[in-house]
Amino acid sequence: MNRRRSAPLVTESSQAYTFTRRAMVLGAAQGGLALLLGGRMAWLSIAENERYNLLSESNRVQMQLMPPRRGWIVDRNGQPIAINRSDFRVDIIPDLLKDEDRVIAELTRLLDLPPDEIERVREALGKAAGYQPVPVAENLPFEKYAAVTVRQPELPGVAPQRGFSRFYPAGAAVGHLVGYVGTANKEEYEAEKNPLLITPGFKIGKEGLEKTMEPRLRGKPGAIRLEVTAGGRLIRELEKQPDVSGRTLQLTIDAGLQEYAARRLGEESGSVVVLDCLTGDILCMASMPAYDPNNFSDGISRNEWKMLSQDERRPLNNKTLNGLYPPGSTFKPMVAMALLSAGVEPGEIVGCGGGYRLGNRTFRCLGRHGPMNMHRAIAKSCNTYFYAMGRRVGIDVISHMGESLGFGQKFDLPVVSQSYGTMPSDDWKQRKYKQSWTQSDTLNTSIGQGYVIVNPLQLAVMSARIASGRAVHPRLIGKGKIARALPFPAEHFDTVRKGMWEVVNGAGTAGRSRLELPGIEMGGKTGTAQVRRITGSQRGQSGAWKYRDHGLFVCFAPTANPRYACSVVIEHGMGGSRAAAPVAKDVLTYLFDKPKAMEALAGFEQSWGGTLAERMERRTNAWLAAAAAEKAASGGGR
Amino acid sequence: MMRATFVPTAVATLPWGMLWVVVALGTAGVLGLYSAAGGSMTPWALPHAVRFMAFLGLALALARIRPQTFHDFAFIAYVGGILLLILTLMLGVIGGGARSWLDLGVVRLQPSELMKPVLVLVLARFYSHVPAAEIRRIAAIWPLAVFLGPPILLILLQPDLGTTMLIVLNTIALMFLAGLPLRLFIGGGLAVAAAIPIVYSFMMLPHQRDRVLIFLNPEQDPLGAGYHLTQSKIAIGSGGLFGKGFLNGTQSHLQYLPEQHTDFIFSALAEEWGLAGGCVLILLFFLLLKWGMGVALDAKGRFERLAASGMTLTIFFYIAVNLMMVMGLAPVVGIPLPLVSYGGSAMLTVMICLGVLMAIDRSDRRDPRRR
Repeated sequence: MNRRRSAPLVTESSQAYTFTRRAMVLGAAQGGLALLLGGRMAWLSIAENERYNLLSESNRVQMQLMPPRRGWIVDRNGQPIAINRSDFRVDIIPDLLKDEDRVIAELTRLLDLPPDEIERVREALGKAAGYQPVPVAENLPFEKYAAVTVRQPELPGVAPQRGFSRFYPAGAAVGHLVGYVGTANKEEYEAEKNPLLITPGFKIGKEGLEKTMEPRLRGKPGAIRLEVTAGGRLIRELEKQPDVSGRTLQLTIDAGLQEYAARRLGEESGSVVVLDCLTGDILCMASMPAYDPNNFSDGISRNEWKMLSQDERRPLNNKTLNGLYPPGSTFKPMVAMALLSAGVEPGEIVGCGGGYRLGNRTFRCLGRHGPMNMHRAIAKSCNTYFYAMGRRVGIDVISHMGESLGFGQKFDLPVVSQSYGTMPSDDWKQRKYKQSWTQSDTLNTSIGQGYVIVNPLQLAVMSARIASGRAVHPRLIGKGKIARALPFPAEHFDTVRKGMWEVVNGAGTAGRSRLELPGIEMGGKTGTAQVRRITGSQRGQSGAWKYRDHGLFVCFAPTANPRYACSVVIEHGMGGSRAAAPVAKDVLTYLFDKPKAMEALAGFEQSWGGTLAERMERRTNAWLAAAAAEKAASGGGR
Repeated sequence: MMRATFVPTAVATLPWGMLWVVVALGTAGVLGLYSAAGGSMTPWALPHAVRFMAFLGLALALARIRPQTFHDFAFIAYVGGILLLILTLMLGVIGGGARSWLDLGVVRLQPSELMKPVLVLVLARFYSHVPAAEIRRIAAIWPLAVFLGPPILLILLQPDLGTTMLIVLNTIALMFLAGLPLRLFIGGGLAVAAAIPIVYSFMMLPHQRDRVLIFLNPEQDPLGAGYHLTQSKIAIGSGGLFGKGFLNGTQSHLQYLPEQHTDFIFSALAEEWGLAGGCVLILLFFLLLKWGMGVALDAKGRFERLAASGMTLTIFFYIAVNLMMVMGLAPVVGIPLPLVSYGGSAMLTVMICLGVLMAIDRSDRRDPRRR
């Protein structure tokens, strides 16, 4: 054996000894590991127990938000304007959707979806962020809902739900006033980062009062704590925290009047505003034609949207606040107030020979009225009188009175937008056009033409302030107090009101529209506003609809003790007395004698071919059919 | 030997203390599997109990065999094992990304598991024949490559890195016990430390690299591969001192804990029985291993000593790797917890180890020198 010298001698017994020693070492290592494992386990389960308990709980328990029921919107008498209806709905969660074509085909079969809706769903799916549910159908009958529910396992991404949907009993009549609700879009979610916004079935206000009063109407979501498996399967409900409904919003609106006014506008494009002329409560703010907010709440189809946005009568535009018109002669009661405030004697006579000469230019009147005092000038709407007197007092006086009576003003209202128009003045023209004010500007302003533009609410406010002599501010919410008096002498108001009485009840321009009610009279003022410059003999009384004159009317009633003020604007109605005053007459009649007003409306609706809802549905169907035909034609041509 | 006379000697001489420990571990397995199935004997608890009984019977049968017979048949068993491994590669069933199973109709057999005790017997036989004087020479090392090469190659082809690792660890431990010079182990340890970066960069598959990275930082990927580790720690940590109670484990019942009936059964048990239950399990395993090392120390021959310690170490490495893994002290490798986890092959292997240990124990006790 060539053993190296340094190597120790290994024998059988020393080998056995080595084994014993080394086995002891390994045994000790095993014991050490047992201690290490015990220690590690103790660390996990004692020192870090709290943390891991929390993690285990957050594994086990998932919170599911329950959308709160939205607060009702009711009118001044508690009558519902916007309520919630229990409904069945079907959504698609884009993130979970697999095999889009098959799922949509299956849903189409189960729910009888029209092609228009399928197109909308597909488009929404294309744009949808992963977390945002796309509504497929709402307000489903239970049978259809159940049909989807039982097939849910084969339809990944499809979520049948029970929930609430917004319902507006008056439909289009309140469209512009309350707006509508809809699913929050990506921007709205990003802005608020509230998980509630992406809860399927939850809607937020998108327009009108629904949008501006969102915090009050929304309420607080309920929550269900659910025990779920790692795969997301529900084991059981642990506890439920009920939702807190949004608070009811009471408006100053009279729902009956609102609906009546909307229906009375009929086929016209226009607006009706009625104010309580003591408190400023807005009783009615109707703008027609309008969209049906119920359709919007369900998610409107592209075709419907196209129809609304292409309509020349602008159903998407709230004309009471965003429609701007030259006030025409409805401006004259305010100008009369300005004249009085500047010391013009109401009895002073101006002779009307059919016009007024300023330099080498003649400003025309609509007639040869002869000698005019203020009372008769208002009744006959004599331009010559207002040219002459307006020029005498100057623009500053008129402009000041205009602002005092509400023109050019933005009111403190919970609305999405107000177009407040222009009450021109010397300063204003300098600022806007870098030109100085001229005499002819004053003449034009005196009869409500030229630079002046106003919205229908401002017209109603002017009417209310003249009717009551009080600084009423329009209000939409809550109960108003009687407004303080305006700082002008009572006789001035009286003079102007008497002139307005004469317009309707005497030898005035709106004699045909006096109230047929015992002991109740209204005062008013007609107005006709040119849409374009007078050319030749047409004078905006004929020709294409969109070039015809606007018809305006402002009024108040009863004249003995004014309570209500009203403005009516009929776009391209050709004249205040012809188009606007009859509407105002019926609307005011409604306030005093409902059956009589309804009887009048029934007659009109019969001649128009059905109620508002019926006519809107017919028109939509006709439009959709035409659009489909057009599409088919262009498709065939290709 | 003042045993009651009505008990047969064969029964009376069984190592009863160790058997009770084994039965307790098997029972823990049945309880854990019963709970993991949501309080049901199917699909796991009942087969586990039946298998446990059958394999325990097998172990008791092995205990009747003389250790010399194991010595004599070591190479025959080795050749049989190699054939099974080749058969596995040819006809095996793929499970968990590796072709490791032979489907025998009734049972699915994992031949690489069976190879572990066989290799222990082969090594023990080899070292028992190396003359004491030769133990420090190269001749005591190179034959290992001959013995280990074929099976390791065949197992790596499956590929099953976990089993390979356990075989290598077991072999090193046996070489250590056989009396190879200490400097080999120290030098080898240093070499391995140096080689780790190279192995990591060039030899590991992407999913294996991921496992290592995730072991080092499980939170970086809580829903991917780190999910196993994180959920296991949550299960153990949320169990607290005395656990959530039998059948009340949420991590296991709601399926957050993956592989709760196999590799992560300890976490499922710890969630329901707490630190107390976990420590009892660890203690039972420790007692079993202590008994095994005791058998090795008491054995009379060199083959018996090395075989007994090798069998014990085989069981030990299962336990150590599994428990370290579920507690987040080792990367996730598919190693079950012996006797407790669901699965036949590992239990069969462990029972064979215990059978051989009992056989050696029996021959020790029959040795007149010990009386």
